[in-house]
Amino acid sequence: MVYRAHVLISGSPQCIDLGAREVKATLLEELAALGLANEVQVMEVSTLGHDEQGPELVIYPEGTQYVDLTADDMRLIVAEHLLKGRPVEKLTYQEPPSEPLPPPSAKEVRVVLDNIGKIDPENIDDYIALDGYIALGEVLSTMAPDDVIAEMKKSGLRGRGGAGFPTWLKWTFARRAESEQKFVICNADEGDPGAFMNRRVLEGDPHAVLEGMAIAAYAIGAQQGYIYVRAEYPIAIKILRTAINQAREYGLLGKNIFESGFDFDIEIRMGAGAFVCGEETALMQSIEGKRGMPLTRPPYPANSGLWGDSTNINNVETLANVPKILRRGAEWFASMGTEKSKGTKTFAIAGKVARTGLIEVPLGMTIREIVYDIGGGVLNGKKFKAVQTGGPMGGCIPEKYLDLPVDYESLAGVGSMMGSGGFVVMDEDTCMVDIARFFMEFTQDESCGKCVPCRVGTRRMLEILERICAGEGKPGDIETLEGLATYIQDGSLCGLGQGAPNPVLSTLKYFRDEYEAHIYDKKCPAKVCKGLIEFTIDPEACIGCTRCARNCPVNAISGKPKETHVIDPEVCIRCGICAQVCPVDAVHVE
Amino acid sequence: MNVTPPGELVTELQPEIREKIDAILVENLGKPGATMLVLTLVQETVGYISPPMQSYLAEQLDVPLSHLYGVLTFYSSFRTSPIGRHKVSVCLGTACYVRNGPTLLEKLKQVLGVEVNETTADNRFTLEICRCVGACSQAPVVMIDDDIAGRVDPSKIGRILRKYK
Ligand SMILES: Cc1cc2nc3c(=O)[nH]c(=O)nc-3n(C[C@H](O)[C@H](O)[C@H](O)COP(=O)(O)O)c2cc1C
Ligand code: FES
Repeated sequence: MVYRAHVLISGSPQCIDLGAREVKATLLEELAALGLANEVQVMEVSTLGHDEQGPELVIYPEGTQYVDLTADDMRLIVAEHLLKGRPVEKLTYQEPPSEPLPPPSAKEVRVVLDNIGKIDPENIDDYIALDGYIALGEVLSTMAPDDVIAEMKKSGLRGRGGAGFPTWLKWTFARRAESEQKFVICNADEGDPGAFMNRRVLEGDPHAVLEGMAIAAYAIGAQQGYIYVRAEYPIAIKILRTAINQAREYGLLGKNIFESGFDFDIEIRMGAGAFVCGEETALMQSIEGKRGMPLTRPPYPANSGLWGDSTNINNVETLANVPKILRRGAEWFASMGTEKSKGTKTFAIAGKVARTGLIEVPLGMTIREIVYDIGGGVLNGKKFKAVQTGGPMGGCIPEKYLDLPVDYESLAGVGSMMGSGGFVVMDEDTCMVDIARFFMEFTQDESCGKCVPCRVGTRRMLEILERICAGEGKPGDIETLEGLATYIQDGSLCGLGQGAPNPVLSTLKYFRDEYEAHIYDKKCPAKVCKGLIEFTIDPEACIGCTRCARNCPVNAISGKPKETHVIDPEVCIRCGICAQVCPVDAVHVE
Repeated sequence: MNVTPPGELVTELQPEIREKIDAILVENLGKPGATMLVLTLVQETVGYISPPMQSYLAEQLDVPLSHLYGVLTFYSSFRTSPIGRHKVSVCLGTACYVRNGPTLLEKLKQVLGVEVNETTADNRFTLEICRCVGACSQAPVVMIDDDIAGRVDPSKIGRILRKYK
């Protein structure tokens, strides 16, 4: 059936809370009442991006976005827009007036994210309608496994899970390995706290990942696949379950796929909140039902992986690229990106940037283009300080490298790394010592404890950083941190320990003056570290509205209504809520 | 302080919980790596894995209790006792941390009158912290059960909590 118009309605939990189900029901009723049910297709998608202004929907072909909808609004939209073709201006999405943003950047290139928002992830027909599973069909009927690997080699695709290992080479190792059975694993643990690219792909285009896994399995000779998803992603798990069932029903998973004699099936396994399980050997230990502690490599998973059998493990985004490469050709893929880093990469832009969200750009774009042209610059016109890439094992890149191209080698060259694609922008109000402390707290907490340098060393580094932030830093602390960093890097088995000191080392390299200000001058230049700041209320500015006193969690603020309020520094815990709620900016930090 | 101990320890396995566990076991017993799989599913459906549940599971899975306990305590999202009716989890991932997550946490402690990992006296909310729920563009984020609330203004948190009874 050919539809005249398509309505995508967001079924995100927030939109549902705000009444998306009622809005959808009214929409369907109205369409039926006006005899439009066969002309307008209604699809529910995981999110459309403005959840907090939901319920939200988009009408194609125009691409009109409507937000903040009620059932009554739907009657109007059906009668005006869908029947008469006149968009209802007053209900359309408007960019928030407080943050004027340039129009969406033309610099993005969507490959992995292309289908997201266009298809209903819980309907396999939508994926098939956009050429889904064609690549798998062609691979199985016309290509030998070695041809598939050769095509992957030509494409130049490298792993998107962090290390950037060439995908074709990994597949070759697994293909050559002698093993009774072989496995393909999709790493959907996405543990980097500040990144959510994989989540969007799983929730928006799950079949691309399944198809990529099936192609990988065919190339290496595996019959069983596992997707290891973190438990924090319940929606992704639900959508994947549906997708796997639908693919089985269509014979795209299971026995004798496309009558080719190739058997392959996929199971979901859930993580349970251990960051280290994103590391491949730990992940396999976890699937086996053990504590997720990394193993020494070699042997590599290709030779001895899950239950000792040959295993190929790839990241979600790596796998989602695979069907596209085989359908559109390796040349097309290799035409994007740089000499050594081909294709596109998704990034989760977050932190102090005007437009946060998920983007996809050709590799090699500069940090400046990403932050300013796509991200709309630093939030509230503040000054850019650094961007953190690579997650807890990555580093902070300062302003002087704004024109650095974002590719695997360039990022590593300045002491950071690509990681999975976290891209957290920091402004003048971010304290770099505090950020280093934050990451060390994270890695210290997540260290599995197997290697002593990682287990004890990260704790010692954290203690020193905590002291510095509390205003109790001593001369020699910086040198001790540097010494410990070397021990931990050299003495740890897996990437967690080897990378744990990176946030400290990179901030020491580029922001040493901030450390020195904390230690020697007992000052936190960004006015963040609680031991080094004090909140006061400006008596000239205070209007005595009592808001700060009512919001103070520890009752440190006294004062009568309409009179100047005072903060008791002895009681104050420096949480900053008073400064946030003050309507006249009378709370100062020193 | 208005804090209750995290649920009363039940020494015997309640029949309705055993039923839920058995349903999971029937589906998954014998699958490779069943221990982890079953634990994640029990955590997902029951919400916690108490000592009697652990003994029962170890017996059924035919693994030493010490092994099961070792696995259980390695992963932070397994719980050994029930929590309040709703889980309020403040994200302190990188994006949320730089965008006011810590202030939000302080405010929640104040509103709920509990510290992290404690449950309110009426057993309505348990306050937790987590690291990144994959909604970083909406930082700061708080997750209430499986719902995500984004761009939370600390002074308006009470409104968000209201609908969770
Ligand atoms: C501590 C640690 C955490 C990791 N977390 C992830 C993760 O969350 N997702 C991921 O895909 N890879 C992660 N990796 C990388 C994996 O070990 C592995 O390199 C990757 O899954 C390989 O897939 P790729 O070749 O497609 O990149 C992590 C590595 C380390 C050392
Ligand atoms: S950092 Fe909070 S949702 Fe990602």
